[in-house]
Amino acid sequence: MSGADAPGAAAREGPGGALPAAAAAGIGILPGAAAAPADRWYPWRRAAEAGLAPIAALLAAFAAFAVFLLLLDKSPAEFLDLVWRGAFGSWFSLQNTLQRAAPLLLTALCVAIPARLGLVIIGGEAAVALGGLAAVAAALPVLGGPALLVWLVMAAAGAAAGALWIGLAGWLRARRGVNETIASLVLAYVGLAPFNHLVEGLLRDPASLNKPSTFGIGDALMLPALPGTDLHPGLLAGLAACVLSWVLISRTATGFAARVTGGNLRAAQLQGLPVQKLMIGACLLGGGFAGLAGMIEVAAVHGRANASLIAGYGWSGILIAFLSRHNPLAIIPMAVLLGGIGAAGGLLQRRMDMPDATVMVLQGFIFVAILASDTLLGRHPWFQPRRAES
Amino acid sequence: MDAITTVLVAMLGGALRVSTPFLFVSLGECLTERAGRINLGNEGVMVFGAMIAYATSYETGSPWLGVLVAAGCGMLIGGLHGLVCGMRGVNDVAMGIAIMLAGTGLAFFFGKPYVQPSAPLLPNIPLGGWADSPQLQNALAVSPLFFLGLAGAFAMAWMFRATRMGLRIRIVGESEDAARALGLPVERMRFLATAAGSGLAGIGGAFLSLCYPASWNEGLSSGQGLMAVALVVFARWNPVHCITAALLFGAAGALGPSLQTIGITWGYYLFYAAPYAVTLAILVATVQPGRTLKGMPGELSIGR
Repeated sequence: MSGADAPGAAAREGPGGALPAAAAAGIGILPGAAAAPADRWYPWRRAAEAGLAPIAALLAAFAAFAVFLLLLDKSPAEFLDLVWRGAFGSWFSLQNTLQRAAPLLLTALCVAIPARLGLVIIGGEAAVALGGLAAVAAALPVLGGPALLVWLVMAAAGAAAGALWIGLAGWLRARRGVNETIASLVLAYVGLAPFNHLVEGLLRDPASLNKPSTFGIGDALMLPALPGTDLHPGLLAGLAACVLSWVLISRTATGFAARVTGGNLRAAQLQGLPVQKLMIGACLLGGGFAGLAGMIEVAAVHGRANASLIAGYGWSGILIAFLSRHNPLAIIPMAVLLGGIGAAGGLLQRRMDMPDATVMVLQGFIFVAILASDTLLGRHPWFQPRRAES
Repeated sequence: MDAITTVLVAMLGGALRVSTPFLFVSLGECLTERAGRINLGNEGVMVFGAMIAYATSYETGSPWLGVLVAAGCGMLIGGLHGLVCGMRGVNDVAMGIAIMLAGTGLAFFFGKPYVQPSAPLLPNIPLGGWADSPQLQNALAVSPLFFLGLAGAFAMAWMFRATRMGLRIRIVGESEDAARALGLPVERMRFLATAAGSGLAGIGGAFLSLCYPASWNEGLSSGQGLMAVALVVFARWNPVHCITAALLFGAAGALGPSLQTIGITWGYYLFYAAPYAVTLAILVATVQPGRTLKGMPGELSIGR
């Protein structure tokens, strides 16, 4: 947080402050648009820097993991080969990868959108669970209706539940000055209480003995696979959400106001921007996406709400958002990468006789390395803006 | 014994047992945050500490050695967090989540062979010898780690209040500018505070696997390491208040199971969440727009 060159300023900007400020200035605007005439390659060099650092970190993470494997007497080459085959090597594994990436796209947006305003929201886990629960609860009374109607009701209920939960953290931050990181973390645990209470109580299907679950929506109402694939429409929803969020942030006046707020809160207030509304709105939107992820997991994968919804999508989403520097478009490749590593787990387990936690270890290595690579940014003078030569 | 006494006794025992890991991890978090850094990675540290303590106890037959190894490994993982967060431009909240996932992953990876075997556990101190009822005797069989945690809390409070080192940690956490003006090695002190804090969290993890629930499996920790952040807010960054916070959170966690002993199963999870709701209510009630929380270290990245 603190550099020797500017200790006070860097530390006071807070966790979200420093990063989105740079991101808002750099990523959203087309290269060239913001350049001083004297140095028109600067935006390209800056983009190259933002891309090179994480790629170098990714390689470093794989190298460190290779050492880890060698220490355990396993072959890194075989491991890499299996990860490739399990994640992207065949149509089957690619579908598995994309399937896993779908909820991550949405939970990463739950972090990335508020982060553009300088808010660090870490409660996505509960928003997913509550979104899934609300989707089931809303579907149960209308199960007899046409499928499309049921899906719309489920999506609306899921998104509303997620939006309510994260929006509450945003409201507390904007109106009451409560720190949104702590508030969303505490709310995440508060939110699991009604989830468990209803899943094990009122909404519990008595037939679900070993794993308490709600009543199911039934096979007929499951979201159908996309034609010719096993992919569920949740992937499309996630991709659309990422693209729309990018347009919203980078191409609209509202998004610009949000980026100004994230870059400098006081300047935004002095300009008369509706800072509080922007904060609450960003949290509502992000939470809505996380809730939608829960609805999709229910409607496309599980068919009912149970503990499978609390599978760490919210936590992974936080990291994916940070890895993509809160740029909604960069979330897509990052989510696919992480989904791919998750998808390779089964193959690794069978072929190399490694525990299923192997992919967690690898993901942990990658997260640590890429987050640490943030420190490389702005170090090398070649990437910095240059003065006009006289 | 009537129903209310049964519940109260069960709650007492539950509170003493459930609160100990909360106490250690919140003390660790308190130390780290007083130096101006937040460490969400303590969740991963706890899970890894639980695994390594259990494994060490199983392999060597000495549970105390397990506690030591857990503390050492906690310091290593916390040291990694401290090292990386000390680099310019790295976000400590995100890095904490990454450390949490990495620590949990490593614990599951290496802990697989230790799910089945049963390791020697830490013996409890039977303080209930005077009591007639077996329930009360059972409730008062307290782990020595609980008393270690109590002593640690008072020692830390004394350190902050009365020692040179405590004052320096407070300066580093309160104002980096002032610390640099005094020539204090800010990054080294934060690194050490993070490592030491995670060492305490590792002991909390050892308690989970060696005292209560006293086994190693992948569902052992239920997020105590993350909740530590809420506990420290609740305790206003005061180590002695961490005891109160840990006991309260432990008692609330014990309320549901205690009511089950007399046949009340309703609201199990709602009681469990009660302390979080209380923390949130306290946050909302005491914070005013434009002011940070009373007692919050000025350099903490989550405060502004």
